[in-house]
Amino acid sequence: MTGPREITLSTTPTDEDIAQLRLGDVVYLSGLMYTAREGVYMRALEEQANIPMELPSQSAANFHCSPAARINPDGSFDMGAVTATASFRFAKWLPEWMAKTGAKLIVGKGGMSSKDYKEYFVPNGAVYLSTVGYGTGALLGRGVENVEAVHWNEELGLAQAMWVIKCNRMGPFIVASDLNGNCLFERENAKIAENVARVYEGTEPAVLKRYGESDDRTDEVI
Amino acid sequence: MIPIQLIQKTAETLMDKAAIEIPQDYLDGLKRAAETEDGDLSSFVLKAMLDNYEAAKEDRRAMCGDTGVPRWFVKMGNEARVEGGMVALEAALRRATASATNGVPLRPNRVHPLWRTDHNNNVGIGAPEIEYGFEPEGEWIDLITVHKGGLFGTDYRMLFPSDGIQGIKRFYLDSLMAFGKRGLACQPAIIGIGLGGSKDTCMVLGKRASILRTVGSRNSDPRIAEMEDEFKELGNSIGMGAMGFVGKNMVIDCNIEVGYCHTGGMPMSVHAFCLSSRRAVARIHADGRVEHRTDPDWFTDYQRRETVEWEPQREAAE
Repeated sequence: MTGPREITLSTTPTDEDIAQLRLGDVVYLSGLMYTAREGVYMRALEEQANIPMELPSQSAANFHCSPAARINPDGSFDMGAVTATASFRFAKWLPEWMAKTGAKLIVGKGGMSSKDYKEYFVPNGAVYLSTVGYGTGALLGRGVENVEAVHWNEELGLAQAMWVIKCNRMGPFIVASDLNGNCLFERENAKIAENVARVYEGTEPAVLKRYGESDDRTDEVI
Repeated sequence: MIPIQLIQKTAETLMDKAAIEIPQDYLDGLKRAAETEDGDLSSFVLKAMLDNYEAAKEDRRAMCGDTGVPRWFVKMGNEARVEGGMVALEAALRRATASATNGVPLRPNRVHPLWRTDHNNNVGIGAPEIEYGFEPEGEWIDLITVHKGGLFGTDYRMLFPSDGIQGIKRFYLDSLMAFGKRGLACQPAIIGIGLGGSKDTCMVLGKRASILRTVGSRNSDPRIAEMEDEFKELGNSIGMGAMGFVGKNMVIDCNIEVGYCHTGGMPMSVHAFCLSSRRAVARIHADGRVEHRTDPDWFTDYQRRETVEWEPQREAAE
């Protein structure tokens, strides 16, 4: 069995770099990457605080991550394991964030919907990279060459702060969207859906119903 | 009398081991899964996870960046005594949690639900949880820490006797489908099912079934043990693997625990203990010996007892 294609990518990629990516490719990242999730989004977009980095020239890679890390008394940083948190929760802020920061690589867990990709990833020339597992925290931790800075720790706490990481072939990540707005996870869901009726055979809906949004197993809950 | 310093020191070691060393029973289970997996993407994912466990141990770094929400289970032999009493023990476990958060380091995951206050040490109101169990004999104390991830893979439903086993299967499948897509549950996982009890104990039973029993263990009720085999098989026949990619490994094992419930109902909970099934256990003896292991051995005959009196005692009295 041949494994997936492996690609090394800069965190400030060119349009051509991004255009060559295919769903299911395995990517290793080099360059600066920053973490930003709900805390950073709210502070930068809702409270209009100045983003303490030059974006996208320093980095076009936004990691949905809180690392397992500490700030030492001398001000240096120790970063242990690094993994992503589920990205679908950030759809509320991402269109504005991408417009404001020029992010081209959104790196996280679980991807977004093809609707999200088509609406604001593709127009911004951006793709989604998923962490693997989840999570290969120790492997990704090895890809951290240096922690360059931690912004907004006072305001947001360690977990929500904006960590700026220098990556050296950090990975693996999997390409989960492309410039046509296709979604790797939805492609896989569709294949699995063919079998779902068979596994449920013989079961009946529960006698006590629930108010709910979906009883269709081909639907997703995100 | 068990010295409090020994409890704290052991607890700190356990925090470190849980975060870094994948338990052998889960590792063996995942290796078996990796051998059978033929979905190309899910196969790649399982291999990456196996590499990751090695990297974590080599580097002594946490296996996952989300280091979960550390919690404690304390089990004591009936004759065990702790220096300073149980209040001192709780303080020692809180101190160990805080110091390991900075030491390993772990991610300071615990925040206030409303104000999002983060003490940066995984300690706060009700955190870490400390739960207790007792055994009829012994001067030992078992410290068990579990660092379970917190957001996806868990659900509860009040079923009724008329729903039957088919109803249980259906809710089980619903939970796997809902949280397996995109790998939100971080499968392949140890799935715990709680059946019965009150609503809150039903959740506790399912959670403990996933985190306090090992891969390969079976319920002492042979009919429940059969269900565990059947449910493992059923979950793995969905066609979904790691990260929700096409594959055949969703469930590393399925553990079911039961408790007596209201005669009209059949409450059910489902829990998923993820690819980072972090647990570590140590028994501290009264003479100061410390034995480390990864099997919590929580569900003893005593924990599952169903008679008024503890049976062996009753037999001894007869």
